[in-house]
Amino acid sequence: MTKRIIVDPITRIEGHLRIEVEVDNSNVIKDAWSSITLWRGFETILKGRDPRDAGLIVQRFCGVCTFVHYEASILACEDAFGVKPPPNARIIRNLINASLFLVDHVMHFYHLHGLDWVDVVSALSADPKKAVDMAKAYCPNPYNCSATHYKAVQDRITKFVKSGRLGPFANAYWGNPSYKLPPEANLIILSHYLDALAISKIGAQMMAIFGGKNPHPQSLVVGGVTSVMDALEAERLGQYLFRLKEMKNFVETAYIPDVLLAATYYKGEGLSGIGAGVKNYLAYGGFPLDDDWNNLLFPRGIVKGGDLSKPLKVDETKITEEATHSWYRDEEPQHPYKGTTEPKYTGYDKEGHLKGNEKYSWCKAPRYDGIPYEVGPLARFIVGYAQGYKPMKELVDSTLKATGLPATVLFSTLGRTAARALEAKLVGDNAEAWVNELIANVKKGDTRTWTRCDVPRKPAQGRGMTDPPRGALGHWINIEKGVIANYQAVVPSTWNCSPRDKKGVRGPYEESLIGTKLAKVDQPLEIIRTIHSFDPCMACAVHIIDPQTNEIKQFKVA
Amino acid sequence: MAKGNNSAYKKMLDKQYKELMQRCQVHLEQIEKDLPEPKEDLHELLKDRGFSRRDFMKWTSAMTAALMLPPVFRPMVAKAAENFSRLPVVWLHFAECTGCSEAFLRSSYPNVDDILLETISLEYHETLMAASGYQAEENLEKAVHDFAGKFICVIEGALPRGLHGQYLTLGPKGKTGVQVAQEVTSKAAAVICIGSCSAFGNIPAAKPNPTDCVGISEAIGVKTINIAGCPPNAVNFTGTVLHYLLFGDVPPLDSLGRPLWAYGKRIHDFCERRPHYDAGEFVEEWGDAGAIKGWCLYKVGCKGPYTFANCSKARFNEGISWPVMAGHGCMGCTEPGFWDTMAPLEKPISDQTIGGGEKTVDRIGVVLTGAAVAGVAAHAGATAIVRKARNKDDRMNAEEEKHD
Repeated sequence: MTKRIIVDPITRIEGHLRIEVEVDNSNVIKDAWSSITLWRGFETILKGRDPRDAGLIVQRFCGVCTFVHYEASILACEDAFGVKPPPNARIIRNLINASLFLVDHVMHFYHLHGLDWVDVVSALSADPKKAVDMAKAYCPNPYNCSATHYKAVQDRITKFVKSGRLGPFANAYWGNPSYKLPPEANLIILSHYLDALAISKIGAQMMAIFGGKNPHPQSLVVGGVTSVMDALEAERLGQYLFRLKEMKNFVETAYIPDVLLAATYYKGEGLSGIGAGVKNYLAYGGFPLDDDWNNLLFPRGIVKGGDLSKPLKVDETKITEEATHSWYRDEEPQHPYKGTTEPKYTGYDKEGHLKGNEKYSWCKAPRYDGIPYEVGPLARFIVGYAQGYKPMKELVDSTLKATGLPATVLFSTLGRTAARALEAKLVGDNAEAWVNELIANVKKGDTRTWTRCDVPRKPAQGRGMTDPPRGALGHWINIEKGVIANYQAVVPSTWNCSPRDKKGVRGPYEESLIGTKLAKVDQPLEIIRTIHSFDPCMACAVHIIDPQTNEIKQFKVA
Repeated sequence: MAKGNNSAYKKMLDKQYKELMQRCQVHLEQIEKDLPEPKEDLHELLKDRGFSRRDFMKWTSAMTAALMLPPVFRPMVAKAAENFSRLPVVWLHFAECTGCSEAFLRSSYPNVDDILLETISLEYHETLMAASGYQAEENLEKAVHDFAGKFICVIEGALPRGLHGQYLTLGPKGKTGVQVAQEVTSKAAAVICIGSCSAFGNIPAAKPNPTDCVGISEAIGVKTINIAGCPPNAVNFTGTVLHYLLFGDVPPLDSLGRPLWAYGKRIHDFCERRPHYDAGEFVEEWGDAGAIKGWCLYKVGCKGPYTFANCSKARFNEGISWPVMAGHGCMGCTEPGFWDTMAPLEKPISDQTIGGGEKTVDRIGVVLTGAAVAGVAAHAGATAIVRKARNKDDRMNAEEEKHD
């Protein structure tokens, strides 16, 4: 006898996501379906426009993953235009991107994911003095740590509870046995939840220094960047460095220790591989350290079936999308260059459930060489680890050593969450060097921020592939008569949120839920914890399909 | 003006302000009766963050002026700020990108604002709330029921009408966005559209508008306050909520539903690069000598002359920058249909709409500004600007004739 559970809306994500699962008599998840419930049709909107406008338009895929689609689109155009931006532009883009990683990962852990690990109500019964001792066991100088401050946080939340108006904390799963942290740990992380609201503003300012604003910066153009005055102004670089220092401090004295603290109490789940999913990992690589993208901070590659001993190379021609179970007419696997589909909405069944055997999502099913892949910080770290890439391997090994856990713990919900924290550190540690690189370059007399270029009059195509916070991102553009003829993006959340494919193979979210036991069947805490660990971003995942079937274009993959 | 007239004028003003103040006092008392106790003690919170009483006074002065009220209203603005956490807010997400929520979370102008926004009582907000699924839906139903007629409904995102609204379904019962919007707004005290999507349709409504997306007002026929922008500056939201807390109604709006205090003036008129426009000094291509010197961005597509918003004054992210400062130029994101009317974004509008090359940039700018302004004629002072533009245009015609 199975029971169907619907979770809609999945909150604390970008966009509109529905999860349905079937549990058996002992509340273990036997099957799962993930469905995106909004479609906006961006590709149709892009057709016929000036390719140089695409970046600002596609940036509106998502306000959480702000900048990333802007950059990927500009990279695709640069590939199509045949232009290479000058070094200063590459560095400034890296600096903007670094600020995004710092804000995004911090915001994800505390504001989107934290309440899956932290029981807010339990924090109220903590002893603030004991909490101070606990925090100091994980970091010699923990962020904003004092018994007085912890007490003030308790008072503030107590006032919420007494007023009966818990606001965002209302009606959640407090007291659920799947919450494993002691009250003091809950209080420490809750206090950082509040601190992180203020700290993410500082990271947003970092982005605005070279980007003009956050979210949705506005300083990238095909061939370079526009914020030349900011790049040449010593004061601006100082403003950036000052804020970088604050962000790094928060990562090192709050974010990383809090993840280690959580790992202490949730390691059992990590070790038993809860939330592991498809165990195939794909990374496109990101943060170019030279102008030809040969040397990258994030490595490019593949790990299949969790086999760390055999890292593979990425072959772009093997990327396809299909729509057997998606609300589109065309169903066969297609390379993104050819992938265009007409909406075919078939709705829910009579009981109001997803039609799991038919079509059930606005999300398509991306596959690499015919199988589903997970993308994101964990994928990047697993690829880096398998390749023996030093900066990543050292971070992973030192963390495993500190926690006394084996590398297999990576293949889990906990591993996914920990990889994100390590990545924030990796990016923070490298950003300062990029400021120095910019200074050195300007000192040499190189003030170029743009390489002259124009829209190709002849038919042209290009792709931009990068690895933003949520994972491998590709944009494919083709230009005819100086305007956009076709545009496709296969984004991180499409990979992760993928529905089943033709062969019935589940996507990463779906697979990661199988075998998870729910403590309380009417409280989907374990489900949202695992889903949130992917950092879902639905708006990104569903703008990518073109309803004009009659305009299928074929291109060679660059 | 004669002395006698002047004092009559003063008397009239005094009378008006007195009435306004009475209205304000009545409303503040009403709020104390109607709305729950403040959830947060603003002053405690400010103290905790290292803001002095004086900082708070400075902020209330700035905010009073920004809302176009005389200084005597300062204590009332302070009171309204203290009442901020009384106001129940239900925040809905439709066809959107969450950029407006992010902007709201990272507001930091002018300092007190961000703390004020932290105190806002979000009874329902999908990006932030801990509960999911049925429990989330219960929260929504409870807030709408408990605070019926008292809560503010904030909407982020447009509404798709195509496919009978099914391009967007929400909640365990799979309701369409249109249904949810109708149900919730019918119980709300006021509807604030945050961002250009809920205000005007914005990006999903850009040509050819594949899902037949429109703004909230157009989709369900309710009156909305439109905090336009992609995303808007959060201070425009704070000020509007403060105004509501002060007077119990919406601030004066332009014909597009945008609060005049924030959207009453053109970007171009308060732009730091404006002197270069007047001097005819333009950036000709990205990264050129003019770009390094901070010259005007009109020729590389800045749409500041056609755009009504306070970006050039308020800036973003604690005033650290704004697109024009970052050398890119404005793309007109507070105006309806800007992705179509302002495109291509890296070219002046004149290039496309007026054949025969650039003519003089200044002249074309003026002509088009006149047209844009005529389209939003309900703006305060709009007629004056049109008149000015026409005069300038006439003057230029006369100049040209002279040269001929």
